[in-house]
Amino acid sequence: MWRYIAQRVLVSIPVIIMVGIITFTLVYVGPGDPAAIIAGDEATPEILEEIREDLGFNRPFPVQMGDWFWKLLHGDLGTSYFSRREITELITPRLQPTLSLGFQVVVLSTLIGISTGMLAAWKAGSRLDRNLMILAVLGFATPGFWLAFLTIWVFAVNLGWFPVIGYKPIQDGLIPHLHSMFLPVMVNSILASAFISRITRSAMLEVLREDYIRTARAKGASEFSVFIRHAFRPSAIPVATVIGASIAGLATGFVLTETIFAIPGLGRMLVDSIVRRDYPIIQALLMVVATVLIAVNLIVDILYAYIDPRIRY
Amino acid sequence: MTKTSDLGSEWQLTPPLSTRLRGMLGATGKAAKRDIVLGMSISLLFLGLFLAVFAPTLARTDYERTDPVNRMLPPSTDNWFGTDNWGRDVFDRTIVGTRLSFLVGFSVTLISTVVGVSIALIISYFRILDAVMMRFVDGFLAFPTILLALALISLIGPSIGNVIIALSVTATAGKIRLVRGAVLSLRESTYVEAARAVGVPVPRILMFHVLPNIVSIIIVQATFTLASAILAEASLSFLGAGVPEYVPSWGNIIATGQGYIQVGFHISFFPGLFLTVTVLAVVLIGDSIRDHLDPKLRGRLRTTAQQ
Repeated sequence: MWRYIAQRVLVSIPVIIMVGIITFTLVYVGPGDPAAIIAGDEATPEILEEIREDLGFNRPFPVQMGDWFWKLLHGDLGTSYFSRREITELITPRLQPTLSLGFQVVVLSTLIGISTGMLAAWKAGSRLDRNLMILAVLGFATPGFWLAFLTIWVFAVNLGWFPVIGYKPIQDGLIPHLHSMFLPVMVNSILASAFISRITRSAMLEVLREDYIRTARAKGASEFSVFIRHAFRPSAIPVATVIGASIAGLATGFVLTETIFAIPGLGRMLVDSIVRRDYPIIQALLMVVATVLIAVNLIVDILYAYIDPRIRY
Repeated sequence: MTKTSDLGSEWQLTPPLSTRLRGMLGATGKAAKRDIVLGMSISLLFLGLFLAVFAPTLARTDYERTDPVNRMLPPSTDNWFGTDNWGRDVFDRTIVGTRLSFLVGFSVTLISTVVGVSIALIISYFRILDAVMMRFVDGFLAFPTILLALALISLIGPSIGNVIIALSVTATAGKIRLVRGAVLSLRESTYVEAARAVGVPVPRILMFHVLPNIVSIIIVQATFTLASAILAEASLSFLGAGVPEYVPSWGNIIATGQGYIQVGFHISFFPGLFLTVTVLAVVLIGDSIRDHLDPKLRGRLRTTAQQ
């Protein structure tokens, strides 16, 4: 097992390096003179030159990139053009809303997705199955930001059960926090669970055709035990894959959700930085998000090996 | 003496690409007659295409004309979808938005399919090129589509062309990974080996033996690219980082309505409905093509489609 883990970790290192190269190059070759953005409109050429000298913009490309990587390795994400503050410092208060949203959505969508998927597989071909799968396709096609708009209109504007916008941190108490996060969590969970549900159903149906399921039934195992003990574990691999993939989808969803619900998280920060053309923050966030997703994939790979020991060899 | 390269085409067991495509089109047409969901989805897609082409003619007002006296009107017989904060007709803006969605969706699908498939076919036969290219692909696929597109557009500026470029980059990377995988597994198959053994040149093997056998994967994947590109364009425009504000897009009309949610529900509702129905139709078409043409693929493609 440890050998397998070490091998997977080694394989993800080139990907992270590649992500860094892409991120750095994009901003480097992009138009716009960073010195001009920092200095503002009234800068003289001498001031621009001074800024370039100070921040090292006039060094050759490989040197700048090497420097950037070296700082990354030391946990230094750079300095914001706009506020002139360390990006790590700016990111820290933004982590809690996004992580809380992410945690709730992953847990809830996995629970909803797997249970509805198993229910549909159990009643395969029935009206319940058909309705669940219609919902799942709808969930796949509905744009998250529009569903968010509809839920705000129904539950916040008309029913008044939730505030239209307004995020409360955990420090204000768990219940107010969960209350303020309820709509964004629901919107993202419903959409993410649609996909998990479909894959759970098809994976379960595939496994239920196997000979050993017939054997289990023949020896008198209850239908519940056949489902949970014999069929679910082998179908967990595709399910783990989609949960991993849906976390990548969440990163996209959060950019939109945090904008709509005015949640002060990383997604909102990215949109703000794009409006201000604060390239170091854009660079840093791309790098952070991609690294987190690579880590998620790594964890999924390791989970595979745990679920199905044959993969280790 | 027969030249060995001729043998390849005479003994070809794989039907050529055109036959495959015609067969698929026929099968889909037949399926549409039996399958009401597929039939409706195809009709909706054609309706969308019709709106996209004729939107400027169908629009009853100038969709850019502001009319401050008649702002924020609810839907009525005069303004089917109501008017927005500038008094512009939401129905007209929505159908003009159809044009943009289809333009971006189809362009991204076409570009990413042609470029992605070509690159995948070429690199699958050159080991070093393959190793280098796949590292790039892995790198690009590590970013969520919208995030990379957002970053690209913040660099190159918001315009229709740039939205298409930004979305094509990630879509192409996805295509390369998918098609390369399929090609690599086909390369080991007996008929490709046989073709090689009789001396069929590599480009010919790729065009006439490999390509026809992966075309169903490519087409199913293309429908998901279309759906996700339409969604992605709307998302980008919603965030204000897609097309410029003066171009009506479903995304930026929804964003406008978002600011007036208390009084102007209709502004966001209708373009959102158009967007959902379009994406739904495309997804359903993709689903049935897959089920009808290649049952083996069931459930396998979605993972790549979503990213």
